[in-house]
Amino acid sequence: MAFTRRKMLILGSASFATAALAGLPAFASLTDDAIMAITGGAETSDAGITLTAPEIAENGNTVPVEVSAPGATSIALFASGNPTPSVATFNFGPLAGSQTGATRIRLAKTQDVVAIATMADGSFLRASVTVKVTIGGCGG
Amino acid sequence: MAENVRPRVRVPKTAAAGEVITIKSLISHKMESGQRKDGDGNVIPRSIINRFVCAFNGVVVIDVTLEAAVSTNPFFEFEAVVPEAGDFTFTWYDDDGSVYEETKSVAIA
Repeated sequence: MAFTRRKMLILGSASFATAALAGLPAFASLTDDAIMAITGGAETSDAGITLTAPEIAENGNTVPVEVSAPGATSIALFASGNPTPSVATFNFGPLAGSQTGATRIRLAKTQDVVAIATMADGSFLRASVTVKVTIGGCGG
Repeated sequence: MAENVRPRVRVPKTAAAGEVITIKSLISHKMESGQRKDGDGNVIPRSIINRFVCAFNGVVVIDVTLEAAVSTNPFFEFEAVVPEAGDFTFTWYDDDGSVYEETKSVAIA
């Protein structure tokens, strides 16, 4: 079958539309995929975990975040809007005074920062904070 | 070996036995993310510290896995129990295989 110019155009635009539709959810679920790799799809609770991050970050290059989840064995941080969502994983040893960790992270744009804590009993906690990033801005 | 890498750690000099102390650590490192491009449009290769471990007399306090999203000059603040007098060792592992170490002694007051 010979492709006419008109058919090619229709085909081209249709495949472009599907690619755009398929592309969006795939991009948004990078973080979900990473979280799924930790939890294996188990339910997450949001009680008992505290994630502290500024509401507005003027400089996306250093955003201070602090996460605390008493009784956790490890806490993973994710930035949902970054090219690679993984940020850092804290693994607490026997001499950890508390299951708390603070660090500074990079955020590419306004997005949700997600923390997933793995508890000693095998359950999972999840906390999420939206951070507005105004790179190069002067606040507000 | 990345140039000008200097670890800095703040640990109290003395503590009561069993006390929980706060430790702050910072190491100067450019943490090149592998996302940036130079003036000619070539991607600058990733060069970060990928792991940080703090241990007291050989027992792990915290073991952190770092990704490219951790800021330049990676900073960590956390808490540790001091059961007896001894040494905190801090170890940073670089992508290029370098290992940076720092030791701080704590006495029991």
